[in-house]
Amino acid sequence: MMSSLIIPPGLILILGGLLLPWLAPRFRTFVAIGFPLLTLTIVWLVTPEHSMKLAFLDYELDILHLSSEGRVFATVFSMMAGIGALYAIKHARTLELSAAFVYAGSAVGVTFCGDLISLFVFWEIMAIGSTLVIWANCHQNNRAYGASMRYLLVHLLGGVILMIGIAAHVANTGSVEFTAMKADSFGTILIIIGFLINAGAPPFSAWIADAYPEASPSGTVFLSAFTTKTAVFALLMGFPGESILIYVGMYMVFYGIIYALLENDMRRILAYSIVNQVGFMVVAIGIGSELALNGATAHAFAHIIYKGLLLMSAGSVLLMTGKRKCTDLGGLFQSMPVTAINGIIGALAISAVPLTSGFVTKSLETSAAAEAGMPWVWFCLVAASAGVFLHAGIKFPWFVFFQKDSGLRPPDPPWNMRVAMWIMSFLCILIGIVPSIIYGILPYALDYQPYTIDHVVTQMQLLLFAGFAFFALLALMKRTLTISLDFDWFYRKLMFGVIAWIKEHSPKFISPAIFGLTTFGQRRFNRLFKVHGPQGILARTWPSASMVLWVAVLLATAMILHFISL
Amino acid sequence: MSQSNKQNQNQEKQKHWLYREENRKTLWKIQFGILILAVLPDFFMHHHASFEAQGIHLDASPFFYAWYGFLTCAAMVVAAKLLAVVLKRKDDYYD
Repeated sequence: MMSSLIIPPGLILILGGLLLPWLAPRFRTFVAIGFPLLTLTIVWLVTPEHSMKLAFLDYELDILHLSSEGRVFATVFSMMAGIGALYAIKHARTLELSAAFVYAGSAVGVTFCGDLISLFVFWEIMAIGSTLVIWANCHQNNRAYGASMRYLLVHLLGGVILMIGIAAHVANTGSVEFTAMKADSFGTILIIIGFLINAGAPPFSAWIADAYPEASPSGTVFLSAFTTKTAVFALLMGFPGESILIYVGMYMVFYGIIYALLENDMRRILAYSIVNQVGFMVVAIGIGSELALNGATAHAFAHIIYKGLLLMSAGSVLLMTGKRKCTDLGGLFQSMPVTAINGIIGALAISAVPLTSGFVTKSLETSAAAEAGMPWVWFCLVAASAGVFLHAGIKFPWFVFFQKDSGLRPPDPPWNMRVAMWIMSFLCILIGIVPSIIYGILPYALDYQPYTIDHVVTQMQLLLFAGFAFFALLALMKRTLTISLDFDWFYRKLMFGVIAWIKEHSPKFISPAIFGLTTFGQRRFNRLFKVHGPQGILARTWPSASMVLWVAVLLATAMILHFISL
Repeated sequence: MSQSNKQNQNQEKQKHWLYREENRKTLWKIQFGILILAVLPDFFMHHHASFEAQGIHLDASPFFYAWYGFLTCAAMVVAAKLLAVVLKRKDDYYD
């Protein structure tokens, strides 16, 4: 009985998102919390026997395909939709909430895809949903519109590359099944590039720090959870053990740290930190052992929660002060204790301090590098773990809540935001204390003990001395009113500049060419219009009189021919 | 003169104790205390070597995590500072 009621969980969230705008505000809260809960329930009711097959062209699509990896991601996605909605419910516009649910639902949809075509469809709905989430903030932030368009362009480019890859792959193998692949053919190479663009890999890493911080406080919380982690899921399922990913991931790890160290905008610091964290997961996927893949899955789960928490804390500061730059902030722990405490818990979790979720999940990845016998990967990851504490673990709370006293004395945010933050903090610590919760749902059996004396002692030494480096070199970290150039300079400045330059400096070459082109096009069009237009020869309705005349002529001809042939 | 001194003292007292000049030294002392506590276990225990097969014992040597954490972080801060020379622009650069 129950099994017949199972529909793809992602569709429930999408339906919820489409329903939200039509509801009276008092029902909206129920839908916003209830639909994610329902989705979560369904995620855990799906069994491997379930499937929902759709026919498309000659292919069979399956949008209800359970994998243990997919279930972990779908679980944390639906949790984030619910807790994020609780955080958003008072201040977010309905457009934002609605778009966020469609966005979250299609992310859940991706995790239940058994084939590449439906994966692509959900992938593109995600791009639209997330763009709308940024767009919803246009009325408050005049940078949001431009950022959302640049964001959309990058994702459409990624989508086109992915589509070409899928088409080539299907033409090559004849199978649409979404399963482990090797990046060794034209099609699969384009597929991995399409996935990596969504993960924030180089050279397209800049979109994360460009777009996410322009959304509303709650919008950024939603955005941080889904796109990059869906890409991690896709890489995990599609390309486990692809060794190029180790190098790509390692670049992302250190890119995130360096750019976050240079950044002044508090939410942009955290956006760069997303690239850093996803880099860890991409490295682990590149290692590809069972321990490494377990590590990437567990780390993604924990990361979504503590990064959401950090952005909720930063979002609360933004909402209550209207300020987003470290140079304007400081000393807020005095009047926003709840926000500060929760921000610090998130910062400890991302730094993998013992008793937090980061400690029990990220260590799986470093251990996997050791187990696989890759010393340089291990040494880099350990250095990067220290660097995480530096750029996110200390830098964020220090410059926002402590530092100098900015004189600002805003109160803590409304109750719904405080409750959402406490729930997230609770989860961070719960997973840290009872790691079996997360270890039990990982794709492979795991025999790992995070709490050995050796591990706890070495981790504390690493982090405390990283912290010491922060305070010892504080003079070098002085915040300035600056941004850092990135690859997006090429499309935001160079390409724009080249076009402007051409327009300004060479009208004598360009305008005749453009003129020639337009007149040529206009002539073609005029001819087309003359023949096929409403009054064109081929489109004219013929008067019945002329029809009768022609029928009469035909009849007469036929009769004459008949008489002649007699 | 004495009045302005008094005012300064009052202002100091109104500040949260974390921000008072006189407590700065104490805070540094606390930090050094914690750091010493953190490295104490290395006098009594050996760390697990992850790469014995590859002949690398560096990670099992005493105080490895302490100096490695400090030096790599210092290196990252300096690297960021050097890159900043090339990469930094005013934050209204794109506006």
